[in-house]
Amino acid sequence: MNRLTISISPHIHTSTTIDRCMWNVVIAMLPALAVAIWTFGMPALMVTAISVAACLLTEWAVTRFMLHRPCTLANGSALITGILLAFNLPSILPWWMVIIGAVVAIGIGKMSFGGLGCNIWNPALVGRVFLLVSFPAAMTTWPDGVPSAFDGTTGASTHASTGATLLTHLNSSEAVPSLADYDLLDMVFGHMNGSLGEVGGIAILIGLAYLLLTKTVTWHIPVSMLGSAALFSWALGGNPLLDLFAGGLLLGAVFMATDYVTSPMTRKGQLLYGFMIGFITIIIRRYGAYPEGVSFAILLMNSFVPLINRYFRPAVFGEKERRAMA
Amino acid sequence: MKTFRKGGIHPPEYKLTAGRPIVGVPVPSEIRIMLSQCIGTPSRPVVKAGDHVVAGQMIAEAGGFVGAPLHSPVCGTVKKLEPTRTPQGIWQDSIVIVPDETQEDAIQATPRDEDEIMALSPEEIVAIVGEAGIVGLGGATFPTRVKLSVPKGKKARTVIINGAECEPCLTCDDALMRTEAQAIVKGAFLIMKATGAPEGIIGIEENKPEAIAAMEAAAKTVPAISVCKLKKKYPQGGEKQLIYALTGRIVPAGTLPIETGCIVDNVATAFAVYDAVRNRRPLTERIVTVTGPGLSNPGNFLVKNGTPLSALIDFAGGLPEEAGKIIAGGPMMGRAVSTLDSTATKGLSGLVVVPADMAERKPSGPCIRCARCVSACPMGLEPYLLMLQAENRVWDDMSAHGVMNCLECGCCSYICPASRPLLDYIKLGKQELRKKK
Repeated sequence: MNRLTISISPHIHTSTTIDRCMWNVVIAMLPALAVAIWTFGMPALMVTAISVAACLLTEWAVTRFMLHRPCTLANGSALITGILLAFNLPSILPWWMVIIGAVVAIGIGKMSFGGLGCNIWNPALVGRVFLLVSFPAAMTTWPDGVPSAFDGTTGASTHASTGATLLTHLNSSEAVPSLADYDLLDMVFGHMNGSLGEVGGIAILIGLAYLLLTKTVTWHIPVSMLGSAALFSWALGGNPLLDLFAGGLLLGAVFMATDYVTSPMTRKGQLLYGFMIGFITIIIRRYGAYPEGVSFAILLMNSFVPLINRYFRPAVFGEKERRAMA
Repeated sequence: MKTFRKGGIHPPEYKLTAGRPIVGVPVPSEIRIMLSQCIGTPSRPVVKAGDHVVAGQMIAEAGGFVGAPLHSPVCGTVKKLEPTRTPQGIWQDSIVIVPDETQEDAIQATPRDEDEIMALSPEEIVAIVGEAGIVGLGGATFPTRVKLSVPKGKKARTVIINGAECEPCLTCDDALMRTEAQAIVKGAFLIMKATGAPEGIIGIEENKPEAIAAMEAAAKTVPAISVCKLKKKYPQGGEKQLIYALTGRIVPAGTLPIETGCIVDNVATAFAVYDAVRNRRPLTERIVTVTGPGLSNPGNFLVKNGTPLSALIDFAGGLPEEAGKIIAGGPMMGRAVSTLDSTATKGLSGLVVVPADMAERKPSGPCIRCARCVSACPMGLEPYLLMLQAENRVWDDMSAHGVMNCLECGCCSYICPASRPLLDYIKLGKQELRKKK
């Protein structure tokens, strides 16, 4: 006689697992990684490798020696944090700073809350912001020889190591440059200076298309975030296209604001969340002390997610009608 | 094409038995009729050991207002009244009948002709339905007599006949619609007459083109009844979802469909109503889909009430070596069977034999707050939160978050990428809240 399994319904289950979702994100990040290596060369690969290795090692060590839990590396989330952190760093950041960033990202940003699913803030951004406030100079020093997208297409004319990216100019009190000063095509195809992952606009959009096609993420957060950034950029007299392709806005909208764990649970909540990130980003870019504001905007709105979840609950089917009856 | 708007999922269909004819299962050597076969009070036996009964004879009367009588599906001798195990393994009272060698001395009732049927008053139809022991055959087994008695102050506007059959694997309603379209339409008409509803809509999901064609052809004869093709989406056959898909009306939370003027009955129930009114036949058999990749002869079987589940499996080719689970009902809402000694009841729509490699759940992981359960819930609940609340035993919070609206469709557990047992915990919460009341 067969041994029959008894369990509560449902008896079938989707083939989409956490691991599948996470690996989809990893695949979606590959085009941007390729552009980073093409633009910055081997140092970009090195930074990514160090960041990933340090993230994996930190998670393994914490689960093994502090939490005494089974190894969780196979779900791919630490790998994502590693790549995302690298995407937020300059290619010439000293290796030990990368490691510090990774340990903070995984150790404090994720594992201190209890691991996957429990953290409030995006771990990679926690790591990046920690590095930014600890080593502000190193974090805004970009390699020589890469065009900054500002001085036209010659590239060599920039003394880029002083930290001039497009956003430095946009944020300065000088007159806002016009589109004529930039080669938008260079920005779209990654021929500009900046952090690793943010330079290849089109590559990031390919990643977004993959994420949408595989239904790994929905359009709500990226579209509302980019839309509101463009809206406020335009409202404040800027050029929306420049703001979209400059800095980490695309990277943030596609890979960081969409992080499951730290984003709202309902569609309406997600729309508000994305909208507010776009708004805060532009405000920081224009009026803040930092030239770039995507990381801060996302972390800030991460903090509001529990509140958003509380106030943007789905409508119970028939509840409105029940109230109308009473 | 119409469908419901909120939530829903698209599980694989696994409809192996689609297009298969309805085949009668031979009379078994012993039948065991469970006394509890409907939502409500169990029936009270009116026969004793040694009595001879004929097919269609009442052997147990309705146990209460929400209850239904039971009839013998065969001619035979009552052997004894003793407990039999339900598919879930719980001992419950039953009537054991040994069928006669020959089944010829059945009640030969003369069918009512068209004029007689047209002359029946609504109350008479409801009474016939009640005496025939008809219950909701979609699986809920709510006594149809009660459903057709429209409460004072309410008015029935639309009779909805549920042919969605959104559960994967099951094809019993499909088979019935393909072969008995005329009778179903006439049953729908009788239900309209009994409730005073001026219109009837038969909703069928798009993946059953033959059934849709047959029903459309049959419905042509009755102008007040229309057939509506529905998009394929689970749980389309959920009462509130179907009402919304077909009429755009929303049933207020915590109330019954009659609030919106709707009466929803399964196609098999409509057929049973027609059979009872026209042929004076009580409900003693139904179509059961017995399916599974390992069965050599899966099919849509006409099964007499009380037939052992083991006989059904044997008729379908025998329990395969690799079987790891048997589900009574569909894979989304059905219940796992613990013993094949149990017998077929009025509510049994299918037996699904699941191979061992699909029988066990995947280990569950942490909630990554991907929000898929929230998007999938057709009732607009937050399953992730309800599970958290159940884990922390804060039952009142679950109630405040509308847990009692859950229809237990299983979309949340199905869609969870971490394989979290969301519905298990939601059911636990509902149970605790019911206990407190």
